[in-house]
Amino acid sequence: MLPIEYYLWFAAALFAIGVAGVLLRRNVIIVFMSIELMLNAVNVTFIAFSRQMNNIDGQIFVFFVMTLAAAEVAVGLAIIVAMYRNKKSINVQDMNLLKW
Amino acid sequence: MVNSTLNLVWLIPLFPLIGFLLNGIFGRRLGDKAVGIIGSGVMFFSFIVSGYLLLNYLGLHQTGAEFHTTLFNWISVADLQLSVSFQVDSLSLMMVVMITGVAFLIHVYSIGYMNGDEGFARFFAYMNLFSFMMLILVLSDNYILMFLGWEGVGLCSYLLIGFWYEDDENASAGKKAFIVNRIGDFGFLLGALLIFVTFGSFQYSEIFSQLEGYSVGNGTVTAITLLLFVGAIGKSAQLPLYVWLPDAMAGPTPVSALIHAATMVTAGVYMVARSSFLYVLAPASMTVIAVVGAATALFAASIALTQNDIKKVLAYSTISQLGYMFLALGVGAFSAGMFHLLTHAFFKGLMFLAAGSVMHALANEQDMRFMGGLRKKIPKTFITFLIGALAISGIPGLSGFFSKDELLWQVYSSPAGGIWLWLVGAVTAGLTAFYMFRLIFLTFYGEARWKPDTIAHESPNKMTLPLIILALLSVIGGYVGVPALLGGENRIHHYLEANLAKLPDDFTTHQSHLMEFTLMGISVLIAMAGIFLAYVFYVKRKELPDLLAAKFKRAYNLSFNKFYVDELYDYLFVQRLITISKWLWNIFDVRLVDGLVNGAGQLIMVSGRRLKKVQSGLVSGYALSLFLGSLMMIGYYFFR
Repeated sequence: MLPIEYYLWFAAALFAIGVAGVLLRRNVIIVFMSIELMLNAVNVTFIAFSRQMNNIDGQIFVFFVMTLAAAEVAVGLAIIVAMYRNKKSINVQDMNLLKW
Repeated sequence: MVNSTLNLVWLIPLFPLIGFLLNGIFGRRLGDKAVGIIGSGVMFFSFIVSGYLLLNYLGLHQTGAEFHTTLFNWISVADLQLSVSFQVDSLSLMMVVMITGVAFLIHVYSIGYMNGDEGFARFFAYMNLFSFMMLILVLSDNYILMFLGWEGVGLCSYLLIGFWYEDDENASAGKKAFIVNRIGDFGFLLGALLIFVTFGSFQYSEIFSQLEGYSVGNGTVTAITLLLFVGAIGKSAQLPLYVWLPDAMAGPTPVSALIHAATMVTAGVYMVARSSFLYVLAPASMTVIAVVGAATALFAASIALTQNDIKKVLAYSTISQLGYMFLALGVGAFSAGMFHLLTHAFFKGLMFLAAGSVMHALANEQDMRFMGGLRKKIPKTFITFLIGALAISGIPGLSGFFSKDELLWQVYSSPAGGIWLWLVGAVTAGLTAFYMFRLIFLTFYGEARWKPDTIAHESPNKMTLPLIILALLSVIGGYVGVPALLGGENRIHHYLEANLAKLPDDFTTHQSHLMEFTLMGISVLIAMAGIFLAYVFYVKRKELPDLLAAKFKRAYNLSFNKFYVDELYDYLFVQRLITISKWLWNIFDVRLVDGLVNGAGQLIMVSGRRLKKVQSGLVSGYALSLFLGSLMMIGYYFFR
């Protein structure tokens, strides 16, 4: 069995990629996917600790996260579609109406 | 001591209070007639009760008896126990009977004088409130309740001086009286507080019973007495705080008669007499009082010589007579001062009311240059005014003669007095006789100089009847104090002296009957000379006054312009105050206070304008700050 550090480093790398994607990319869909990436990085961490500690709680949490992510995708994609109909664009920088 | 009859004393101030409440709350709905009846009726009841109490008190045949009645606890804080309680003794009873009697007559007179005035009910409400406060002042058995009355009469004085407040001049006269009085009240309050610090009580009897441990000339007692006297200076219009009284003549004439002649202005005299046990321990304060009194008497009389306004003459005369009373108090002749207070209330109240009657006859004319020849037109007013003038001049047989002569003799024979103070008093007596008869001759004799379309008419009975009664009192009022020299017993002196302090040294009263006769003769001669001079000046050779005025132009102008004291005060105090106020307004208020308030608003606005840039609307920006924020939080828990 691989030691737990491997899983954790992997999850950390995945999370960092996700953060970078959210902060740097302009395409909303990509940003969205990056968020999924971050969520899955967390899932990997949960699973790793669950196995390590012999505790099923972590895996139950992962199911919750996956359910939430599915719901989020449903709402988020709907928003993006509505956004595109209004703006004819899926660029994050065009979504800046809510400001001073 | 408890005495069931004398415990009824609380009824005396209660009646005017009821009158004030009725007239003040329901006055407009009651109608003028009912207001007048209530207003004077309550004073009549008060007078009846006061007279009854006086008879009871005299029936005790117990000199110097003091009765205390406690109504209720007023203030009770730590060491300080104050109750609303009254003291009945010879001094307060004399004042109460005088106040209620004179006030009743003046209230009746006012029904006629104020007839048809828009503020009729308001006037009677104020007058009743004044009577209530004045009675509280004299009946109180401690300095704080006295102070309540003291402030109360000041308030009513302010309200009544500015009674016709639509006129700016009247309103500012009221303010002037209030502000100048406030300076004096400050001294009174400080004196009362120093008393409490020293003796641990405000009550007269408790204070006076502790005085045995204090030697003559004690510093604290001197300070207390001087501070109290500052209060008296303000209230009783002495130098240098007398300036409000002549202006106070802006009020209706009954107000001048009641407040500014008979009662309120004598509160200072009463207060000093009440505190006589303190004053005899402070010879320095006594000297100050005597000198201030003498100076005021002479000073005010010299101004009265040249005034043309009939009420102003009487006002300066009042100041001068109050100076007389303080002169008496200052030499330790407390009972003589109080005696003069009593007779002065009669004849000065009379003359003010008579002057009001003259004004009533001439459509509110106050300038004597537009009077003259009224003798035949308004005979009742003339006769009564003449009696008042004769009384104040000290013509033998009238009340003023007895009180003034007693006073001057005491001033001469007192160990604290002397020939110089007597001389000032005697000269003032001459001036008094002169200006009073100048007023009589200018008003009632000579040709009529009325403004056109004036029809002089005698006042209604409501006004002349009080005049007649007061004239009667001005004649017989002095017989309560006929000196031993003229075969009397000087009853009032024996009546009062039991509740007053005595100087440690004896009066040289029995020095010499010849001396007393001589001085009496001299003062009568001086008064006669004053009257004769006035006759020569204003009836026989009318060109003389103008000639003299032209010859002694400087002296005449000085007197005519009241020694420019008002202008001096205006320059020294009023203008300075305005300068300071303007500075405070421009620098302190506009810059500092407004600056702080506006600055706080500006600060919020500017910082908001800067900070709003943070809300850019860029989602990735928000995400970045979220990320950095969580990093910082994690870092904090990681590295701490």
